[in-house]
Amino acid sequence: MSNTEHFSAIDYSAFPNAEGHFGPYGGRFVSETLIYALDELQSIYFNLKDDPGFQAEFDKDMAHYVGRPSPLYLAERWTRELGGAQIYLKREDLNHTGAHKVNNTIGQALLAKFTGKTRVIAETGAGQHGVATATVAARLGLKCRVYMGAEDVKRQALNVYRMKLLGAEVFPVTSGSRTLKDAMNEAMRDWATNVDDTFYIIGTVAGPHPYPQLVRDFQSIIGREARRQCLEQAGRLPDALVACVGGGSNAIGLFHPFLTDESVKMYGVEAGGLGIETGKHAAPLNKGIPGVLHGNRTYLMEDENGQIIETHSVSAGLDYPGVGPEHSWLKDIGRVNYVAINDDEALAAFRKITKTEGIMPALESSHALAYVEKLAPTMSKDQIIIANLSGRGDKDILTVAGLDGITV
Amino acid sequence: MSRISQHLSQAKTAGKKILVAYVVNGDPYPQATLPTLHALVEQGVDVIELGVPFSDPMAEGPVIQKGHERALEHHISLRGTLEIVKQFRATNNITPIVLMGYANPVERFGYAEFAKAAAEAGVDGLLTVDLPPEEVVVLKGELDAHGLDNIFLLAPTTTLERAQKIAAYASGFLYYVSLKGVTGAGHLDVNAVKEKLAGFGQLTDLPVCVGFGIKDPETAKAVAVLADGVVVGSVLVEKMGSMADKSANEIAAAVGDIVGSIRVAIDSI
Repeated sequence: MSNTEHFSAIDYSAFPNAEGHFGPYGGRFVSETLIYALDELQSIYFNLKDDPGFQAEFDKDMAHYVGRPSPLYLAERWTRELGGAQIYLKREDLNHTGAHKVNNTIGQALLAKFTGKTRVIAETGAGQHGVATATVAARLGLKCRVYMGAEDVKRQALNVYRMKLLGAEVFPVTSGSRTLKDAMNEAMRDWATNVDDTFYIIGTVAGPHPYPQLVRDFQSIIGREARRQCLEQAGRLPDALVACVGGGSNAIGLFHPFLTDESVKMYGVEAGGLGIETGKHAAPLNKGIPGVLHGNRTYLMEDENGQIIETHSVSAGLDYPGVGPEHSWLKDIGRVNYVAINDDEALAAFRKITKTEGIMPALESSHALAYVEKLAPTMSKDQIIIANLSGRGDKDILTVAGLDGITV
Repeated sequence: MSRISQHLSQAKTAGKKILVAYVVNGDPYPQATLPTLHALVEQGVDVIELGVPFSDPMAEGPVIQKGHERALEHHISLRGTLEIVKQFRATNNITPIVLMGYANPVERFGYAEFAKAAAEAGVDGLLTVDLPPEEVVVLKGELDAHGLDNIFLLAPTTTLERAQKIAAYASGFLYYVSLKGVTGAGHLDVNAVKEKLAGFGQLTDLPVCVGFGIKDPETAKAVAVLADGVVVGSVLVEKMGSMADKSANEIAAAVGDIVGSIRVAIDSI
C-alpha cells in the first residue's frame, strides 16, 4: 500500500472499522465504566450522522453562528516573496471564537442535546477548544467545566478569563506534567464519575472510538469547503496541503476530503520544539513509537519503560505526546508526510505572515506556515499549496511579547 | 488450576471472605514494598494486587495517582515490579499476586516477552485497567499460554449481556467496581452494589470481589456480605504516602494494622 498509485483505490470511509480501528491504531482502551457511555455515544452518532435533520441543523449553525464557509485566501504578497507555488490560506481563524475548534464543539453539542445530558466537560491545551466548548455550552444553557493543565492556565491567561466570562468553570490540573495530557486524564476521570449526566466533548481526533471518527467528520467541513473553493477560484485541485498536527483535528479536517485525490500531496507539521535532536519536542509521528494512551493506540512519546514523557512546544495547542490514530495510520501507509518545525521557525513565520499579509496566525498554525516557507520555493509558480490557518494569534500575543522581553 | 483459583476456592470452602489488598510498587520508596507485601499476608490478605506505576493512571483518584508519582520519582516501572515479585517469591510461594496497571508499559515490554517474564517471576494474573475484552485478544493468548489469569473489571454501567461476555474472557476472579468514578471515591452505595451483584452472580462461577471506595472495616463488612470478597487500596496508599519519611518496617506495620482490622471485620460475618 506504500505505492502511491494505490492511494486513490483505498476506501477511506471504511476507516475506522466497526471496532474503531485504523489498521493497528485507534480502538477503545478505556476502563469498563466508560464502555457504556461510548456505546451510547456511538449509537446516537451513527443514528444521526446521515440524518438530514441533524445535518441541516449542523449546516445552519455553521453558516449563521460560526460564519462559514471560511474564506480561501490567496496570499499574493507572501507568494511573490517566496517565488514558488501559489499559497492559499484556509481562514479558520475567521470562525467565531477564532479557530477551527468550534466546528467540532457545535457538532458534539448537538449530540449532547440529543442525549439529554445537562453538563459538558472538555480538556484544553491552548484554551481554544475550552473557549469553543464554553461558547456552545453558554448558547445551549449547559453546565460546563474545562480541565486545563496548571502550566497552560498560566501561559494562556487570556483564554482562561474568556472561558470564565462565558460561564464555564476552569479547573487547573496539577497532576503529572500539568499540561494537556493531564487535563485529558482528569476529564476522563470526571466522565467516569458523572457519566449519567455528563457529555465529554473531546477536542481532537484522539481518544477512544468513536471520538476520532466523529471529530474528523465534523472537522471535514474544512476540506470539503477548501476543495470546492479551490476548484472555483483556481479551476483545479491543489498540489499540496499543509496543516499543523498536535492531536491533529484541523489537519484531518483539511486532508480527509482530498485523500483519494492522488495528485494532492499532504504535509502534517508537528512541533519540533527546541529541535527533534534535543528530545524537547512534541513530534510523536517523527520520533515516537506506537503505544496506548487516552483510549487509543497511536504513536506516542514515551521512554523505554512505556512511561509517557514530557513534551515541549512554544505552542500549548501542540504540546501533546500523542496524536490522532488516523494520522498514525496515514503515516504508516505513506499517504501523508509528517514533518517537524521548531519553535524558532514557527515564531519567525508568525512575524512574517503578520507583517506580510496583515494576518496574525496562532502559534499552532504558524508551524504549518513555517513549513510552507520551506515547501513553496521548491515548487513551480503554477502549482498550488493550501495551508490551514487553523486559528488566530490574538491568544499568543502575551507569549510572543514575553519572548521579546516586553510586558504588555 | 492457577494459584489464584486454588487459593480462592480454598477460602470459599472454608467459608471465608476474600481480602484483596492493593499497593503501588515502589511507593513511597522502593525498599518499603517488600516488607509491606509480607505484612499484608501476615495480616490475612488473600490476594496481593501490586500496582505498576504509570505516568497517566487514568482510572485512579488523587490518592493513588500520588502513589504512582512517588514511585515514578524512583524510576520504578514494570521491570522493577517483576523484580519485586521475584524477591517476594523467595519466601512466599503461596499468596497470589496480580499486577494491576495500564496497557502501555505492557505494550512497550512486548506481550509475549512480558507474559513469559511475569510467569517466571511468579506473577499469577494481570488486571489491565484500559484493556477491555475487545482489545485484549492478543495479550490474552500470551497470558493463557503462560498460565496467567486475566482479571477484568465489571462496572455499575456494565450491562448483564456485556458482563456475560467479560466473564467468558476472565479467569481467577472478577473485580466489581462499586461506584461510577475513580479509585478512592467517597460515594459508595451498598444498596446499589447489592442490586447489581445479584444480577452478575447468576452469570459466573468466578468469585466476585468488590473494590473502589472501601475505606474502613464497616464498609468492608457491609460490602463483603454481598460479595465473595473486597478490595482495599486507596486507604493503604494514603497511609503509605503519609509515612514517606518513616522506615520500611514502620510502614509495613501500619499498613498491616489497617488490613488486619478489615480482616477481623469481614471474618465476623
